[in-house]
Amino acid sequence: MQARRSAIIFAWLLLAPAVFYVATIVAYPLVDTVILSFTDASLKRVTNWVGWVNYDKIFNATFAEVILRTFVWTFFSVTIKMVIGTFGATMLNTAVPGRAIFRVLTMPPWIVPMAIGIFMWGWMYNGQFGMISGLLQRFGFVDGPVAFLAHGSTAFWATIFTDVWIGVPMVTLYMLAAIQAIPQDLDEAAWTDGAGRFYRFRRITLPLLLPAMITMSMISLISTFNSFDIIWILTQGGPTGETTTMIIDTYRTAIGSKKYGEGAARAVLICIFLSIFCIAYFRVTSRLAVGEKR
Amino acid sequence: MRQPSSMINRYRWYEIAGIYTGIAIFLTFVLAPFVEGFLVSLKPLSQLFSSPYRFWPENGSFEAYRTMWVSVPGFARYIFNSFFISGVATLVVLLLVVPAAYAFARFDFRGRGPLLGAFLAVNMFSGAVLLIPLFRLMRSFGVLNTYLAMIVPGAAFLIPTAIWLLRTYMMRIPRELEEAAYVDGAGYFYTFRRVVLPLAAPGIAVVAITTFIGAYAQQFIFALTFNSKTEYMPLPIGLFAYFGRQEVVWNELMAASFVGIAPALIVIFFLQRYLVSGLTAGAVK
Repeated sequence: MQARRSAIIFAWLLLAPAVFYVATIVAYPLVDTVILSFTDASLKRVTNWVGWVNYDKIFNATFAEVILRTFVWTFFSVTIKMVIGTFGATMLNTAVPGRAIFRVLTMPPWIVPMAIGIFMWGWMYNGQFGMISGLLQRFGFVDGPVAFLAHGSTAFWATIFTDVWIGVPMVTLYMLAAIQAIPQDLDEAAWTDGAGRFYRFRRITLPLLLPAMITMSMISLISTFNSFDIIWILTQGGPTGETTTMIIDTYRTAIGSKKYGEGAARAVLICIFLSIFCIAYFRVTSRLAVGEKR
Repeated sequence: MRQPSSMINRYRWYEIAGIYTGIAIFLTFVLAPFVEGFLVSLKPLSQLFSSPYRFWPENGSFEAYRTMWVSVPGFARYIFNSFFISGVATLVVLLLVVPAAYAFARFDFRGRGPLLGAFLAVNMFSGAVLLIPLFRLMRSFGVLNTYLAMIVPGAAFLIPTAIWLLRTYMMRIPRELEEAAYVDGAGYFYTFRRVVLPLAAPGIAVVAITTFIGAYAQQFIFALTFNSKTEYMPLPIGLFAYFGRQEVVWNELMAASFVGIAPALIVIFFLQRYLVSGLTAGAVK
């Protein structure tokens, strides 16, 4: 009994620095955000308690648009990432020569500093001389140059496309790990029974991959919802607000306009959405885990 | 026993052709910006701004790699800053995470599960959500416009993945060695330092590398918000300031970008085997 108690004390000693650090840098600011959201904090020295005023201001037509846009942006980005990533994983799982090299070649967008990859996209989207516009003209799809980042609808899809590009390597490698974790015996049994490759993929591999796909979409959903660098570097939320998501809007309000209180209310709203995602995620995964055991 | 699995994995020639086509399309998407960026860095400016668009450079040279040191002001300093910020952040993370991961891996105490969950919940928040209070916090510590303002918050967001990775690694270390040390009368601290740490060294190395890459990749929003001094800017922000200007000299910007991502590419090349397992283990439960 004595020994057990000293072990517990030792464990807490090991944990204390990390707990203290994360509490100071993450947990305290989280509480502070909630408190700030009920004040009129700004660069002014005096801060007043204003109750729900900041939240009341949020619920206007413009912000409703921002919320809707954030969800649409996130939905398309995550869906496309999952499709391309799962496709890539399936291809890279095949036993063809060179696959080890191909796997390594998927990693750069993920490992390289995000901002630098985005600069490269900035050039590719360049209206006058960029690659995409250049190729489209060359092959006669468009008549003149296309300035992707200068028009609302193209800028919206351009930022999504770049977000997909950054997220795809992680989805691919995760899905690859998931495919490889699938037990082979079912596949072999079906093969012995004469089932074709496509049939086996649709009826055996895909259903067994479903839990991993859901897990990955949730992880991807959270990081996509929080995506800041891509939009900020490419468009800063423009042109005329068509790429302004909640994160961008929060940054603008809080850091750009120094309205800390109003910004904090937006941040709280983001946290609420993220918490809902996380709860849904744990619900879904635990149900799937139960389903697997049966 | 191996026979069936190799039999079902055998492809016909048209299947192989299909697979290679699929891989080619996939990799084109993933690598296109790098290829295009590299080609741009080799082109003379006159070629960049000529119509119609040309993919391959004519008379390509590494000229931009030489000139950008002068025309991107402070480039050498940005590179140093990036390495310095990532290096210190990695040290901070390791100092905190190595003991914590061991506690989570080996000791059974009340609240372990929820606490581990709380650490992982940090992954839910990006720096952007907590930016306002972090800004106030950094201001009240008086560290705005110093290296600390970028290192301290950055490190916090690298801790969860590092804990998870290292905990998984440490759980695989056989328990018997530690028990033998206890039987010989060694204390917890001695066992941790002399038995566990050497055994965990390879795992710690992987975590150090992934944390360093994470810190290097992460240097945007904190640096954008907490630092306005050119001499402390990490590379991404330094280049962003340059990127935002009216007259961007694109071949030099791309050259500078490639010098900036070289460390990451070298790491991928040499450590890819550990990276794949290390980085996915962070995501896979």
